[in-house]
Amino acid sequence: MPRPHLYLLVALLAAFGISWFSDRIDPYYLDVLIGIGINIILAVSLNLVNGYTGQFSLGHAGFMSVGAYGAAAVSLFLGPKMLGEDGGTALQQGLMFLGALTAGGLAASLAGLAVGIPSLRLKGDYLALVTLGFGEIIRVIFQNVEFLGGALGLNGIPAYTSIFWVLAFVALAVFTVTCLVHSTYGRGFLATKDDEVASEAVGLNTTRYKIVAFVIGAFFAGAAGGLYGHFKMTITPTGFDFTKSIEIVVMVILGGMGNTIGVILAAILLTLLPEVLRPIAEYRMIIYSLLLIVLMIMRPQGLFNFKFGKTTTL
Amino acid sequence: MSEFLQQLLNGLSLGAIYALIALGYTMVYGVLRFINFAHSDVFMVGAFIGYYMGKLVPENTVWGGLIVLVVAMLGCSVIGMVIERLAYRPLRGAATLNVLITAIGVSLLLEYSGQVFFGATPRTFPAVFPSVNFTLGGLVISSNQVVVIVVTALLMVGLQVIVYRTKIGTAMRAVSLNPKAAQLVGVNNDVVISFTFGLGSALAAAGGILYALNYPSIDPLMGVMPGLKAFVAAVLGGIGNIPGAALGGLLLGTVETFVNGSQWSTYKDAIAFAILIIILLFRPAGLLGKATIEKV
Repeated sequence: MPRPHLYLLVALLAAFGISWFSDRIDPYYLDVLIGIGINIILAVSLNLVNGYTGQFSLGHAGFMSVGAYGAAAVSLFLGPKMLGEDGGTALQQGLMFLGALTAGGLAASLAGLAVGIPSLRLKGDYLALVTLGFGEIIRVIFQNVEFLGGALGLNGIPAYTSIFWVLAFVALAVFTVTCLVHSTYGRGFLATKDDEVASEAVGLNTTRYKIVAFVIGAFFAGAAGGLYGHFKMTITPTGFDFTKSIEIVVMVILGGMGNTIGVILAAILLTLLPEVLRPIAEYRMIIYSLLLIVLMIMRPQGLFNFKFGKTTTL
Repeated sequence: MSEFLQQLLNGLSLGAIYALIALGYTMVYGVLRFINFAHSDVFMVGAFIGYYMGKLVPENTVWGGLIVLVVAMLGCSVIGMVIERLAYRPLRGAATLNVLITAIGVSLLLEYSGQVFFGATPRTFPAVFPSVNFTLGGLVISSNQVVVIVVTALLMVGLQVIVYRTKIGTAMRAVSLNPKAAQLVGVNNDVVISFTFGLGSALAAAGGILYALNYPSIDPLMGVMPGLKAFVAAVLGGIGNIPGAALGGLLLGTVETFVNGSQWSTYKDAIAFAILIIILLFRPAGLLGKATIEKV
């Protein structure tokens, strides 16, 4: 068995093992752990788009919301029919949840495809704005669809999210992104980032690479949204606004664009930071934004990017 | 018909404000080629300076209103120049993404410092200008709308004079055409860029005061939506193009007001972004912009 697959298997087993002991973990720490896991999935998937492929997307929260609504709709509207009156066994619920998350992820990747095909012709600032605009449009649409709760959002989503599911999806996201980028095919993502014109000159279809990155990134954002919805049990359109997108972007930048380990560390740090800084909560965002500015001036390659010598950044 | 004219008038006065903010985006983009995300928050700071100044001058007087306007514009132009000096100048020549991220950082810094120093709860903006309603053949015109349109028109004329009739304006155009060549013929790029930020921020402050006069509830996050829409207006007119920004602002304000008055009013906020996406896909250079061939 190739080594990454082995790691995935080990990670899944570890997730299962940890979930076995989850009863004994303090519920507060468990909640924080789940929050960290969801943020890791979001950051790692955005890293594929922003870091490895070099396309600046500011709409990750939009894809997350599509996934959250998709998954919640499946378990709210289809769930009772599939599981029957008694709510089904644990295994049935698990399969149901897996289906819901997949549906959410697929819905998000469809949205990613729909946004990606027209807008990936644009570069830099403009792409950032179109993805931002898309995120806002998604929010306004969700606010206006009565079927999905309108501005009040969806309530009473079953609490299926457990530490097992979160860790399993973290493992899956890291596995997919790492294997994809290190494959022969995946070198194209890095080439697209490094020099688009040169990549096209050697015959790479850069637009296709961008769209693939966008769709895969959106899938995991959607799955993370599904996990989030079934964790908080309630979702509102305003929960997935511009600020959420920025938060994910900051994780990717802090970790060093195109550096999965760094991004994971940054996601952990930035999820723990608000918990630690709770006593000075009102200054949290000021520290956050100052960090961003100082980082860009002093260490544009990211806080956790320890590549010495030759740098791969532009 | 009179309802149509009324909506048109409301739309134009909203559009005039968008145009004022859009000018700042477009000028900075013209000289530095980046989107100054913090511009919308300078707009917010302008409104807050107006709020505090408004308490010091007598209410409902034209000269009191003008003092508030001028002080806010001066204050914001200083803030704009400080932001440029501290956050953007160290990044001159850095990758686009780094500058974009810094701009987002500055924007968040202003918003959240605003929440700490001004408080997050919305405040009522004082009536600094006298408020009267005129009726003109079925049309209701508020004096604030008149103030908005007159002030905007004057500022735009002033801007045209600065950009086309003064030495610094010529330098601005030179830097925007080719920064290196401008430097070679003796233009001090740093001074020009600093001046551009000051000018753009002063216009944003004027926009902030005028916006607050018409929608008198101000809070530290008030700039986000008008800022984004003004940016759309700048792109719509052709970014880097000053008359384009004015045209884009007026068009966007009008379209938005009409949508707001129709049965799709809840989609009001989505309209600007839909326009942005359509424009970028079909005419990325904007309405008045010239399409340029990208050099490799």
